[in-house]
Amino acid sequence: MPGVDDPKTVTAALDMAGLDALIAALAERGYRVIGPMVADDAVVYDEIASSADLPAGVGDEQDGGRYRLRARGDGALFGYTVAPQGWKRLLHPPRQKMFAARRQDGGFAILPPEPAAAPMAFLGVRACELAAIGIQSRVFGDEAAGDPGYRGRLARSFVVAVECAEAGGTCFCASMGTGPQVEAGFDIRLVELAGHDRHVFLADAGSAKGAEMLSGLNAPPAPEADRAEARRRVSAAAGAMGRTMPAATARRLGEHAEHRRWADIGKRCLSCGNCTMVCPTCFCTTVEDVTDLKGEHAERWRTWDSCFSIDFSYIHGGAIRNEVRSRYRQWITHKLSAWHEQFGTSGCVGCGRCITWCPVGIDITEEVQAIHADGKGR
Amino acid sequence: MGQPHDLGQIIDAHPFFKGIDSTLRSLLVGCAANERFEPGDFLVREGRPADKFYLLRAGQVAVEVDVPGKAPIVLETIGEGEVLGWSWVIEPYVSTFDARAMTLVRAVSFDGACLRRKMAGDPALGYEVLRRFLPVIGHRLATARLQLLDLYGPGVAKAARAKRKNGQ
Amino acid sequence: MTAAMRDPMLPRPFRIEKVRRELSDTFTMELVPAEGGGFAFAAGQFNMLYVFGIGEVPISISGDPGDGGKLIHTTRAVGAVTRAMDSMRAGDVVGVRGPFGTPWPVEEAFGHDLVFVAGGVGLAPLRPAIYQAMANRQRFGKVVVLYGARTPDDILFRRELERWRGRFDMEVHVTVDRGNPKWSGNVGVVPNLIAHAGFDPLSTTAFVCGPEVMMRYTALALEKNGVGREGIFLSMERNMKCGCGLCGHCQWGPHFVCKDGPVYRYDRIADLLAIREL
Repeated sequence: MPGVDDPKTVTAALDMAGLDALIAALAERGYRVIGPMVADDAVVYDEIASSADLPAGVGDEQDGGRYRLRARGDGALFGYTVAPQGWKRLLHPPRQKMFAARRQDGGFAILPPEPAAAPMAFLGVRACELAAIGIQSRVFGDEAAGDPGYRGRLARSFVVAVECAEAGGTCFCASMGTGPQVEAGFDIRLVELAGHDRHVFLADAGSAKGAEMLSGLNAPPAPEADRAEARRRVSAAAGAMGRTMPAATARRLGEHAEHRRWADIGKRCLSCGNCTMVCPTCFCTTVEDVTDLKGEHAERWRTWDSCFSIDFSYIHGGAIRNEVRSRYRQWITHKLSAWHEQFGTSGCVGCGRCITWCPVGIDITEEVQAIHADGKGR
Repeated sequence: MGQPHDLGQIIDAHPFFKGIDSTLRSLLVGCAANERFEPGDFLVREGRPADKFYLLRAGQVAVEVDVPGKAPIVLETIGEGEVLGWSWVIEPYVSTFDARAMTLVRAVSFDGACLRRKMAGDPALGYEVLRRFLPVIGHRLATARLQLLDLYGPGVAKAARAKRKNGQ
Repeated sequence: MTAAMRDPMLPRPFRIEKVRRELSDTFTMELVPAEGGGFAFAAGQFNMLYVFGIGEVPISISGDPGDGGKLIHTTRAVGAVTRAMDSMRAGDVVGVRGPFGTPWPVEEAFGHDLVFVAGGVGLAPLRPAIYQAMANRQRFGKVVVLYGARTPDDILFRRELERWRGRFDMEVHVTVDRGNPKWSGNVGVVPNLIAHAGFDPLSTTAFVCGPEVMMRYTALALEKNGVGREGIFLSMERNMKCGCGLCGHCQWGPHFVCKDGPVYRYDRIADLLAIREL
């Protein structure tokens, strides 16, 4: 994690060449640079070589159960809001080998782990995504028995955050207090000003390695007038979000475990688990043990799992959560309420992905609102 | 047959009538008798007139059902400090199960017809006796239902698996 | 290698020293670390046991926490992994991750009467606490074991129960749901035994382990007999997979049963027990 007391006075105004210089400098230092690009009619985060790989002029339309790319009519590289898949799949891979073992002396031996992959640099991390990374870091970071991989991968990573100058169709980060301003957890923070006359990325450092990197680019400092304009756009984005989360009720969903609304949601929810797959904080996994045909070599693989699958709660004899409503209730109650007790924060960052990618458009804010409205009537 | 004085003390000491008003208790004593059963003796027979109930003071009694060609099925065991039998208060006053002494049993029995007469004549006594029987009946019903669940058997797991297979 | 250095996600090989058949579907394994060393745990904790290439299951420890040399697990064969384990013999090796979870608070019960209420194979997770209590016998008032099994043939640790029953400083009552012609003991559910056990409800700690339904009704019966909710402890079962609160499977309300439980004080979970499909 980038330090908190590092010099933050280093700023830079990067043009396209400056951005490319940053990408090249990251690659030169051994980082695998991951950034946004268009693939299969969506923005995905994948390995990039230069600014030419970025989604120039691409925006997105998002609504309950709907995602479409659109041409913005400008050259903005970060004009989309959030990609369907966040950075979770890089820091908390969907499929990960836990160990390999070999039969030996009538027993077995655990083989040494494989060497770690190259460190990653993330270009284009949004405020909500940065908040999600912080939350997952807390989930996996328990010192006594933490996941040894997550914090290690994050500590070796370089984070270039980008502030949102526009709100997406399903965004509600302002209501969750996670954005659109990027506050902490970054090495370099960017905000893009894509106008008719000029295209500039205002940068400032959030850590020593960020400051060092920015200084090395030899770019001019960001003018105060531009920075003020950027702040104005970001705060306008905060005001343009159409959804809010009723915070008090969200925190106390555990007290509404027998609410009628769950049965109603149970009729709409397909229990497909899309929301858990796109959620940047959902962390549940299962393991699969496999052997080769001779049974000499065994491996354990950890894969993402979803609390919407019926076997998720299986104990010998049967699943605890048979009904769809119980599984939805588990997901949202954990995310919005239990998370506070477990990790001292909400598990929701307001990115809106679960709304966009729900095939039937179930809206997490609307469901809490319904329970909230009912509670007020009593 | 014990002396009425002794019986009064025994009734007072038994959890079933614990704390009963002494006037009502003296009415009870008139219908009570001390009894003793050897292992294998029957205290109650299925289908026969239910003319008594028992406060068990010592020993253990099996409430059971006879099954032709098999050993009798023990439904539950009742021991010291408990009460046995309530068919005496429910028309047509016929016993539902067998009750067999598993050990030496000492008990105070109450003559059902005698007590019914006194209860009819003294509603306070009637209420007091029924008030004490009702929780026992409720408890026996609840525990019988729990026993039916077969909680430790493979049955619970099998039923759940069947439920899943049926598309749940 | 110290326990602190060990990666909690990697199984440690243990050699099976002895296998004992307990019931038709239940067996006990005595394990020793293949790499040497001992195994420290607290009564009530569980391990994840791994069968090479097949998978892993949570199994509570059933041995004596005072004996650090051996690790003892009593398992009922109900799934693919436990059935594979059932076919293993002395000399075979299993993987062990753990110990995980909260223990029975035996020492907090010092000065009280101690009542153990077990149902079925639920006697196994309680046995370490019974050993610990008997090793500190003078610290307690009465020590009472109440045990319910399905039939007389399903009584777990029968010889040990008989031995305990023969002691002057321990009260043991056993009941079965269904008797047989050879059975001359109690027939009925285990909560029925509570009223017969001579303990002081105002100064009693009760440890309860068995199927969840059995535990719910046992807790009610204990309360009805005057034991306070804060003196009752239950051992919960959920889908434990990672053992350290990372995989999410064992969540129950705000709890990760694998690390916040399995042993819970009743007053802290009574509300959750009443919610279906939680």
